[in-house]
Amino acid sequence: MIDSFYVAWRYLTFNWARSLTLIACVTLIAVLPLSLELLLDESERQLLARAETTPLVVGAKGSSLDLVMNSLYFGDTVPELLSMAAVDRVVESDLALAIPLYVRFKARGFPIVGTNLDYFEFRRLKIDKGRNLALLGECVLGARVAKELGLGPGDSLLSSPETLFDLAGIYPLKMRVAGVLAPTQGADDLAVFVDLKTAWVIQGLVHGHQDLTTVTDPTLVMERADGKVTATAKLAQYTEITPENMDRFHFHGSPTDYPITAIIALPHDEKAGALLRGRYVHAGEDGELQQILVPGVVIETLLANIFRIKGVLDAVILVVGMATVLALVLVFALSLRLREGEIQTIFKLGCSRSTIARLLGAEIAIILAASALLTGLLLALVAHFDEPLVRALFIR
Amino acid sequence: MIAIDGLSFGYREGEFRLAIPALRVDRGEKLAVIGPSGSGKTTLLNLIAGILTPRAGKVAVAGTEVSTLGDAGRRDFRIRHIGFVFQDFELLDYLNVLDNILHPYRISALRLDRGVRERAEGLAERLGVGDKLKRQANDLSQGEKQRVAICRALLPGPRLILADEATGNLDPRNKGRILDLLFDSVDAHSATLLAVTHDHELLPRFDRVVDFADFQAESQIGAAA
Repeated sequence: MIDSFYVAWRYLTFNWARSLTLIACVTLIAVLPLSLELLLDESERQLLARAETTPLVVGAKGSSLDLVMNSLYFGDTVPELLSMAAVDRVVESDLALAIPLYVRFKARGFPIVGTNLDYFEFRRLKIDKGRNLALLGECVLGARVAKELGLGPGDSLLSSPETLFDLAGIYPLKMRVAGVLAPTQGADDLAVFVDLKTAWVIQGLVHGHQDLTTVTDPTLVMERADGKVTATAKLAQYTEITPENMDRFHFHGSPTDYPITAIIALPHDEKAGALLRGRYVHAGEDGELQQILVPGVVIETLLANIFRIKGVLDAVILVVGMATVLALVLVFALSLRLREGEIQTIFKLGCSRSTIARLLGAEIAIILAASALLTGLLLALVAHFDEPLVRALFIR
Repeated sequence: MIAIDGLSFGYREGEFRLAIPALRVDRGEKLAVIGPSGSGKTTLLNLIAGILTPRAGKVAVAGTEVSTLGDAGRRDFRIRHIGFVFQDFELLDYLNVLDNILHPYRISALRLDRGVRERAEGLAERLGVGDKLKRQANDLSQGEKQRVAICRALLPGPRLILADEATGNLDPRNKGRILDLLFDSVDAHSATLLAVTHDHELLPRFDRVVDFADFQAESQIGAAA
């Protein structure tokens, strides 16, 4: 039997291009459905685990999926914005604790999550290195962000500019890394946390610059009248918040009008949750259309859709698989014809039909074994990278 | 060693017919078979080896009536007792020289051990392909292929060697060497050699020569009688 495998191995390595093609075909047919299954299981685990621990999310009217994906997994699609007044609405109801979220900006590809310290307590996030947010302009990195960017407490991280060519747009803010979170195996590992005010600094709503009342350079001031000073475009805004310039940062307008993307509402109990949901049937007092969602329900709907699509994909893969298997049978049948001379030679030497069948069987077995090995390796690879793959494929 | 009586053979398609009333080859005899192309020399070797089966008549080798054995019996008999040097060598391109020589051992119940390997290497050395054992068969010249085919046929030490144009593609020096080796193998194993050849210069070295054209004529006469 070993000699059959030896001869088969020689044949397959001699005809390596054909052998590799066959192995690739078989592997592909096995890997596709299995890796899809693996990724869907992981996506279900990731999505549900986080959704089930988040009781309610309040956001502006719009896509419920975008709202949940942005609030829970810091997805790229930014939902309709809310004002900070919406936080007051939840707080004043006295039914739930409100944790505001502003997930809109990025730093070197990772989402910047503007929130407050309640978020860390709610998600049970632990500081692994350094300390938590304390000052304006500071950030706390998720474990993976810190690892991938090679940053730690005391380092700096620039926020990404929103638009490259918009001179009046949002400029990068140099943030100081205050701490790094312990790994959570979730979306928090891939986020850069800042205080809400820092997020607004990034947006330019809170900004800092030289004191115009004391500035002596006449080219910086356009007009002084009635105690108001109008600056020229030459006036540079600070792009880094330091202990020296921190006092110069200030709000323009009312902070209650400042934007957020969502509020995580933590009801005091089940009844409070039901009451709070009832209050969002109608628009708020300020006329702002809002919605309140149970993330678990939204995610289950999403998963139901994903699994429905998977069913279709499975059927397609099954058909493609059957076609491939038929093609492989055809390839073997045709190769038998091409190898008629060789089979005749073996036969003439005195080999039995069963030995010829054994040689061909050994070839098929080697191809299947190689495919199984490759499939195993690829699946191990998929399993190793399932978290980022799930994020890229399903959460993005 | 070989006893053929009333042999008749014809392919399903075509008009080729072979009829041999009687042929005897003694043990240890070195018989050359000559004759024009298409006269049935290769067919005769295939019938003796049990690759083809006659329509009628008897083919016996070393007392075993090959023509009455079943498929499996004929294959087993062939691999154990007959060394066949095919006209077109029948080497497998995907195997190297050594693997080609050892191939009958890999595809049968013959035991492949270190001694067999050493014998194979020795044979290859004597036939001038000892330095090409790791070369793929399709990288060899025609003459080299022929010598590898002869090594493969001789390795099990067969009782009967059937050589179909075994020296056909060789230069005069190598022809002599090949024939020496075939004869040595025959002598060493008290075997019998039946060699088809077109090379009349080599005929004096054989014990007996059968001109297939005459033989056919004889057989026709025999059949008519």
